[in-house]
Amino acid sequence: MENRGITFGYGFLSQESSFDVQFSLIEYDGSHSYFRAYLVGLLNTILVSVIGIIFATIIGVVVGIARLSSNYLIERTAAIYVEFFRNIPLLLQIFFWYFAALRALPLPEKAEPMFGVFFLTIKGFFVPAFVWNNLDIFIYSVIAAIISIVFVRLYAKKKQENRGIQTPVLSISIGLLIILPLLSFLLGGVSASIEIPVIEQLSQTSFTYKGGLKLPPELISLALALSLYTATFIAECVRAGVQGVSKGQKEAAASIGLTPNQVLKLVVMPQALRIIIPPTTNQYLNLTKNSSLAAAIAYPDLVLVFAGTALMQTGRAIEIVSITMLTYLTLSITISIFMNWYNKKIAIKEK
Amino acid sequence: MFKLVKRLTSVVAMFAVLFTFTTETMAAKKSKTLKNTQKKGFVRCGVSQGLPGFSNADAAGNWTGVDVDVCRAVAAAVLGDASKVKFTPLSAKERFTALTSNEIDILSRNTTWTLSRDADIGLTFVGVNFYDGQGFMVRKNSGISSVNDFKAGVSACTNLGTTTELNMRDFFNSKGIKYEPVTFEKADEVVAAYDAGRCDTYTTDKSGLAAQRIKLSNPDDHMVLPETISKEPLGPVVRQGDSVWEDIVRWSLNTMIEAEEYGVTSANADSMKTSDNPAVKRLVGAEGELGAALGLDNEWSLRIIKQVGNYGESYKRNIADTGILPDRGPNQLWTKGGILYVPPAR
Repeated sequence: MENRGITFGYGFLSQESSFDVQFSLIEYDGSHSYFRAYLVGLLNTILVSVIGIIFATIIGVVVGIARLSSNYLIERTAAIYVEFFRNIPLLLQIFFWYFAALRALPLPEKAEPMFGVFFLTIKGFFVPAFVWNNLDIFIYSVIAAIISIVFVRLYAKKKQENRGIQTPVLSISIGLLIILPLLSFLLGGVSASIEIPVIEQLSQTSFTYKGGLKLPPELISLALALSLYTATFIAECVRAGVQGVSKGQKEAAASIGLTPNQVLKLVVMPQALRIIIPPTTNQYLNLTKNSSLAAAIAYPDLVLVFAGTALMQTGRAIEIVSITMLTYLTLSITISIFMNWYNKKIAIKEK
Repeated sequence: MFKLVKRLTSVVAMFAVLFTFTTETMAAKKSKTLKNTQKKGFVRCGVSQGLPGFSNADAAGNWTGVDVDVCRAVAAAVLGDASKVKFTPLSAKERFTALTSNEIDILSRNTTWTLSRDADIGLTFVGVNFYDGQGFMVRKNSGISSVNDFKAGVSACTNLGTTTELNMRDFFNSKGIKYEPVTFEKADEVVAAYDAGRCDTYTTDKSGLAAQRIKLSNPDDHMVLPETISKEPLGPVVRQGDSVWEDIVRWSLNTMIEAEEYGVTSANADSMKTSDNPAVKRLVGAEGELGAALGLDNEWSLRIIKQVGNYGESYKRNIADTGILPDRGPNQLWTKGGILYVPPAR
């Protein structure tokens, strides 16, 4: 490296970045450091991955079960969807959703409001936003509620093991989740109002919306493409899992008088999940890594912001690429540790 | 007798080999890049992924443009044939890494010369082949006729990893306008997104705007605002640490500009050998030993002018005649009101 006149060091991370990013979950502009820009990219990557994983799982499970339907039409539709979407390269799908959707979406001034307050336009999806007072107290109350729910559950489990008494854990949990944040409103001085997007004129022919929350079209099309693509693989995992449970199990369950719902919930699903989880973990990892294709359509993810703009402005290729690789590695390992934990939890426990 | 002849020839051959070896190593010792280029038989040149007028490939894969001509000039000087260039299309993001990691030997890709790029990341800028500045393109019917008409909330499409991103921030910040930057990796996607109406304005170097406007679905509905918000001197770049190669590229470019200054064109270059002006004679290799200083023969500059043409010819062929920027603006010779001024070749 010295031969080529390249210096090495991570000191640049604290320098002023001097470039802006269109969409950020934390406060950021060019006067912040490169490290902050890295966080912006990382959070955007996590955001699109989480949205993608949630939707891919929902669509995947629905389609996977639809493929097992005895209704010919539903089964065929699901099969066609799976074969169509999993056999087209992801990048093409991203371009399709982005540019096709961009051309199909209306300009801000022509957008028809949905329910009067949502505006889906070429410049983004404008939704009403909450304007908070003392948001931090509210967040603490939610965290406190979650922690107390965990303790209640542990206590209930112990009680059942020791004394055989069941506790209505679900209603207690929901109660806690409502009461504690509510208390923060009543006692903690938290208040929230809703801000609705209002159209604003920028020039004779160009408009935008002001106020409310804006989801950029890049995020929407990327999340859409990732979920639709990954859902096909998850659907196949689900189908394989359900079909992997031997027919005899279902028949045996039915013969002891369980209803079809109970058969699915108590007999088939627990066994199917053991087959479904490991390959689905792979799909979650793939989705997270595939989110790096965001750079093609201007969604400011880690690759675009950090391994793109920041790399170009500093020229520190080795440092930035190494950080980016480590970050993806950490993300992937975190996901697989979580999924392995979940897999162990639902695995057969031999006593 | 026969033995003696045989021995003599072998001695002569040995000297010949030694001689060619030494002449070769004189330049080669100084420049690894030059040696490798001569060994490979082609110049490795990094260009854009398609910017009409600067570097653009036609349907048959032939590259043309003023940036392309710089590489062709170097090939003519070093290898004697302007067509012996291997072009590598690079995105803005890839370009410097490609150069520092030895994938290419010249980066001639509408690249802005800045201090940090020149000093910090192992690159050396050898000159300027196009003086540019950043501008804005808007829809004609938007009623925006000046950069002062922009309002907060404006969305601007541009290329990722360019000085454009930084200038844009400086500009909007100085005006106190909150804006939305939408950055794409490839220029084609910027054009597509702007065309679809995702952005209110498209900002990049003015030459780029003029070139990309042709790609829009209705070019006549769009216009470039008159203001220029930055200095963008574009020029070829080489790796740091090979000063001979750096000199070759620098003087290949300078030769093209100086040839225009003295009225030497691809058509009249041969006849200029008998010119009365010693500067012209030096330029076409009829006087002086300028080539040797660069590790080249004395006809190197003549070949550039004959095969590629002077700067004016290159500009006319690539930028003016294609309708991109018919007016040369600052890219005119200093003697004609522009700022093209190169050190004398002597």
